[in-house]
Amino acid sequence: MSEVTVNLTINEQPVQAQAGELVIAAAERVGVYIPHFCYHPRMSPVGMCRMCIVDIDTGRGPALQPSCMVPVSENMVVDTNSPQTQKAQDGVLEFLLLNHPLDCPVCDKGGECPLQDQTMAYGPGESRFIEEKRHYEKPIAVNDLVYLDRERCILCDRCTRFADEVAGDPLITFQDRGDHTQVNTFPHLPFSSYFSGNTVQICPVGALTAKQYRFKARPWDLSEVESTYPNPMGDRVVVQASRDQVLRYQGADSDAVNWGWLSDKDRFSLDAHASEMRLQTPLVRGTSLGTPDLDGSELVETSWQRALSQAADAISAAVDAYGPSSVALLGGARLSNEDQYVWARLAKAVIGTDNADAQLDDGLPAEAVLGWPRATINGACTPGGTVILLAPDPKEQQGTLYLRLRHAVMHEGVQLIELTPRASGLSQLATHRLYHRPAEVAAVAKALVGGEIDLDSDRRIGGVGAEELAAAANSLAERADRPITVILGRPSLAEPAAPTLAAAAELAQFGKLLSAGGRPGLAFLPVLHRANVFGALDMGLAPGFLPGRVVLTNPSDALSDIWGALPSERGLDAHGILSAATSGEIKVLILLGADPLGDFPNLALAQKAVETASTVIACETLPNASTVKAHIVFPAASFAERDGTHTNLEGRITRQRQIVTPPGTARPDWVIATELARKLGCDFGYGSSQDIWAEICRVARSHEHLEPQDLALKDRLAADLGVQDGVVVAQSAVSVEGSAECAVQSEFVAVPQIDSYSLRLVSSRQMYDRGTLVQHASLLAGLARRALLLLHTSDFQQVGVAQGTTVQVISNTGQLNLPVVPDSGVPKGTAVLNYNHPDADVRVLLDPHAVVTDIRIQTQ
Amino acid sequence: MARLTPGNITLAQEIITRYPVARSALIPLLHLAQEQDGYVSSDAMVHIAELLDITPAEVMGTCSFYEMFKREPVGEYMVNICHGISCHLLGASELIHHAVQTLGIKLGDTTEDGKITLEAVECIAACTEAPCLQVNYRYRDKVSTTDFDQLIDRLRTGTASIAPHGKLARTRQHIASQRRGGVSSPEGQTEPAWLARNSVADTDINSTDVSSTADRDNDASDNSVEHNISSSSL
Repeated sequence: MSEVTVNLTINEQPVQAQAGELVIAAAERVGVYIPHFCYHPRMSPVGMCRMCIVDIDTGRGPALQPSCMVPVSENMVVDTNSPQTQKAQDGVLEFLLLNHPLDCPVCDKGGECPLQDQTMAYGPGESRFIEEKRHYEKPIAVNDLVYLDRERCILCDRCTRFADEVAGDPLITFQDRGDHTQVNTFPHLPFSSYFSGNTVQICPVGALTAKQYRFKARPWDLSEVESTYPNPMGDRVVVQASRDQVLRYQGADSDAVNWGWLSDKDRFSLDAHASEMRLQTPLVRGTSLGTPDLDGSELVETSWQRALSQAADAISAAVDAYGPSSVALLGGARLSNEDQYVWARLAKAVIGTDNADAQLDDGLPAEAVLGWPRATINGACTPGGTVILLAPDPKEQQGTLYLRLRHAVMHEGVQLIELTPRASGLSQLATHRLYHRPAEVAAVAKALVGGEIDLDSDRRIGGVGAEELAAAANSLAERADRPITVILGRPSLAEPAAPTLAAAAELAQFGKLLSAGGRPGLAFLPVLHRANVFGALDMGLAPGFLPGRVVLTNPSDALSDIWGALPSERGLDAHGILSAATSGEIKVLILLGADPLGDFPNLALAQKAVETASTVIACETLPNASTVKAHIVFPAASFAERDGTHTNLEGRITRQRQIVTPPGTARPDWVIATELARKLGCDFGYGSSQDIWAEICRVARSHEHLEPQDLALKDRLAADLGVQDGVVVAQSAVSVEGSAECAVQSEFVAVPQIDSYSLRLVSSRQMYDRGTLVQHASLLAGLARRALLLLHTSDFQQVGVAQGTTVQVISNTGQLNLPVVPDSGVPKGTAVLNYNHPDADVRVLLDPHAVVTDIRIQTQ
Repeated sequence: MARLTPGNITLAQEIITRYPVARSALIPLLHLAQEQDGYVSSDAMVHIAELLDITPAEVMGTCSFYEMFKREPVGEYMVNICHGISCHLLGASELIHHAVQTLGIKLGDTTEDGKITLEAVECIAACTEAPCLQVNYRYRDKVSTTDFDQLIDRLRTGTASIAPHGKLARTRQHIASQRRGGVSSPEGQTEPAWLARNSVADTDINSTDVSSTADRDNDASDNSVEHNISSSSL
């Protein structure tokens, strides 16, 4: 869009608009609402519904034109109230209602239906149509989550456009023609998109309905708050509830984050948050008769007092006998920033241990995440910029980030360079696809940013051909005057973080050179797994860190004043904590929404650690493999049951608000920490999450520039303020001492040669996996795809079995039986098996001591 | 019924190269599938989607838009009787009634021997010859009920020399290189391909045209039925 300003008149009001802006958008901006159905500001206009036709005079006299298809022009005169416009709107509505059933009383959309509302506002009072309307089979399931009632459809093209343009899954289309036109899938090929729930939200009639919400409530009975879904993207949502029960999540259109979209995993995870399996009362060890008993084999219900005392006793006993570092804290990503802050204070200031890690050895060290320059999502989507994907597939793990990146690449001229061990959901759009051999990414990165590439030799660098690499290096250099963003994560959990960090260090070095040369440089957009993991890093739930992105030895004065004495030495990370627990050095293991048994890459270590630790305390919302083994379980409140704030991957802090009460006696995590601290003899004095937030803004260096009221923490209605984009923690305020480079321990990680019989394993997560939330969400639990071993076509032919045949997959540490299929997105010599899959636990194959895991395939 | 045969896959791949964007070949490939099976089967649609790297739903969207792509098996001969206004005034209703009676099927159905599918269609632009009909899209003019019976006889005995339904697709035409629109995308071209082409002498193009009609079937190895029958042969 150019910067040229255009002057026009809308309803006799002079309006300035940018050239290229659509009349409907310009009108909306100045407060003139033009009714519409098909127009959606996040999708390209199509002019399907004709509802937005208004009188537009471009110098040739007024004429009815669809305002969603006409860009503004100089001296244009728009009249949205002329008699002709009104007659046209009346006519369009009568036409749209010809085939639309008048079943509003039984329709889920009734009460929030644009068609209903606009018929009341602009339409005819009566229809002249007395003939039979068209009929279709009443709702058909287009997939496992969404129903389609074709009789109600007004053919606005929103859902089909969304599927094609936004999600890139054109699995629903218009079929047939004329008055037979219908939206449908290909027979027996469901609309299996990760984003199908968005079509329900944008449907302007009741044609698409969510299986979860059907017949659950009436819009006028719902109360709602604007909140943040606890995922690393920090997707803005509207949480709607009725009678103290959350019934629906809707995406909120935040310009900086999710543009109104949500992935199905988040949208339909409601059942898990409101599950009847939710933990409701504190549990302690007891006998099978339900009597608390420290040596009991069962978990029995008890009072908060008893559970808190027991936990405090265990902690002080361990501290007295073995010192504060015999206590460790694992997890915390589920919590809000305030919860994390209080838990960090409890661990580091009250107990005095620095053994705290919010990541389960499947992420990146805090030094790297906090030390390197951080990008924003909008920054990554800067027109003409470059995005380097050094991360797992965003489509599988950060749904809305995938949508934003997809839009940026398709419409903003962003070039995408994939630096991954396998194809991703964005591969088709990538300018360069550098699929490297597992754990050999650093060499590729080095060559990409200025290593000399010898085109004459046949040598492949890390498995990538020299020519491809040279072409990518060229494009990268050509666009160096625009921002470069590295999406940084763990592309494969079958290898340690070191190779990825080494590659990132190469890129960071390149970025420094660019910045020094006056270019915009290079920034990182880290993608880590788990809800508020970035808040946890900012709040000091990482070894060696304190709230405010500062290292242990460098607290702010305000923090020292409030917290008092601090641990003197850097503590252990998740791997260290579990290892120390197995050797008996750690006696008390506190799990803050962490499930090491289900989730830690080194399964044997996690099992031994949980077995050996003398006391395991779990703060959880839902039961999981680890809570079953715990000695004390505290039921915690979920994100819609407490106030708080959330930090996303770019460091953006947005608000979460309470709308329902927690189940049973479950409490917010900060309350649990505060109570526990009191039992340990320290009164924090917090009365609400607002108190804690105010303290964070005072003591955390990175948050010093924020004012508590920035987030509208006072109880104001979200609707009065528009969608809140929140505030981003300014990085320039702090720099992590000992910077990111110290996280990169060795420059290049030595990767052993692969023998010709083996394949090298790559493992990453999919959207639907064995995660606690997914498994407790009734609609999502069954959606995980079958566990498959994916091979390159030629490797598959080598195996010599039919597609889908079950084979024996053997590694140094274990074996699995899996069906094997060819996949065009897997490079030669690599095998892909998804992590945390309900059917097959890849962890039995992973060698925790090796840089790579090689597997062999045996046919039976 | 079936996916494309190996011969047709080769042809399909050749057709795809005629277009700057693969999905532009969708309609020609649907014709190819209809030529192969007499209708466009679901399997064929899935196969076409694979060849063009689009989704089967998108293929279905296009295929279902066009009435002349049949998605269910039809008879060897599609008999389409016009019931536009001119034909109606000159006896189309009687002709349709007669057809329904003599063939013993409803409109839209196929006779039991699988030979004839009967349809009533909107104006087919031959009002001067009303009432008219088409057999596999070949015109028959001023059709009386006697003419109709004769036609059905000849169709059943196979003496009408009309290719079975689907065989009329012009997917097998040979397009000389001069005639091609150019396989580069239109964006960024200084001169449209068709403009460059038309600057070539007319005679050259005409001669190419003739030869292209002549060798249209040359690369149709699995196609033994002659399919360019003129309407006068009845």
